Amino acid sequence: MVNIIWASMAIIGIIYAMINGTMDQVNKAIFETANEAVTLSIGLISVLVFWLGIMKVAEKAGILNVLAKIFRPIVVRIFPDIPKDHPAIGYILSNITANLFGLGNAATPMGIKAMEQMKQLSGTDTASRSMITFLALNTSSLTIIPTTVIAIRMQYNSVSPTEIVGTTIIATVISTISALLIDRYFYYRSIRGK
Amino acid sequence: MGFITAVSSWLIPCFILIVLVVATWKKIPAYELFVEGGKEGVKMAFSLLPFLVGMIVSISILRSSGALEAFIHFISPFLSFIGIPPDIIPLALVRPISGTAALGMTTELIDTHGPDSFIGRLASTMQGSTDTTLYILTVYFGAVGIRKMGYALKVGLLADLVGIIASIIIVTLIFG
Repeated sequence: MVNIIWASMAIIGIIYAMINGTMDQVNKAIFETANEAVTLSIGLISVLVFWLGIMKVAEKAGILNVLAKIFRPIVVRIFPDIPKDHPAIGYILSNITANLFGLGNAATPMGIKAMEQMKQLSGTDTASRSMITFLALNTSSLTIIPTTVIAIRMQYNSVSPTEIVGTTIIATVISTISALLIDRYFYYRSIRGK
Repeated sequence: MGFITAVSSWLIPCFILIVLVVATWKKIPAYELFVEGGKEGVKMAFSLLPFLVGMIVSISILRSSGALEAFIHFISPFLSFIGIPPDIIPLALVRPISGTAALGMTTELIDTHGPDSFIGRLASTMQGSTDTTLYILTVYFGAVGIRKMGYALKVGLLADLVGIIASIIIVTLIFG
């Protein structure tokens, strides 16, 4: 699926550029954005090193287990395939907490660790049920405080920069619940197909 | 807002404090563990690099050729027919594909229509209530080497659609 999407975005773009006469822009964009992507990855190093370091200490100190125990009843319902005391639950919770507070920088490394743990559980290179549920949670966004948007609104002299927090929370809750329901639907459809 | 920003800025330092106090209390080699974990971070960032370069370049080809714009222009009449404001359509379509492009569009919409206009509020809500599905899939699956994504993309994109529709309905109801 992702192979087709990836290739067709570029194919459509290049063919369209032939007709539209935008080949110069395309040519420029290829090298400029490749550069940007590298800068982005390099920029991730600092955050990944720092957070994975701290999280390693937290894991060995038993803090992740404490977190996992407190929220176990909810998470076990959302992720029925993960054993109750598995470290994956602790990482999933850290990722959700960081997302809730809009700390995207801290959320990504923890999310990757959670994925790693889930991969150890499944042991294949195919996305497992828990992984897809976790991705669904993350793509629907869990942010309750959209800090970047508030900052932009302030910059453009909004009378009330934070007035959109309420509508954002309602929209986020709806999209997150729908993401979980859609995920369940596709899961049950996929096991019925087998 | 003051309280919220305070919570956000206290959260991380306090979490680090708790981790380090507990680790020291339990006589765990905190610094050595930190370095060990950090090494994984370096490896991870480098293994992510090709995934990000590939995905971001492909998206930029589509955007810079003008094909994405043409597509949006083409389907706009259908979407505005079912009640979606035409100004918001490019943002709604780009939001799941490219985070930076969506942020740019949100800023531009707020700039043109004003932050307290209907479009400004709708763009703000939309930007905050869904995330960049393609980026999250690339990073999370790329970092741990998942090749077969199953139905993950379908779930992510359908959830985005629900989020976008929900934003339009809610903003219309509350600020309309």
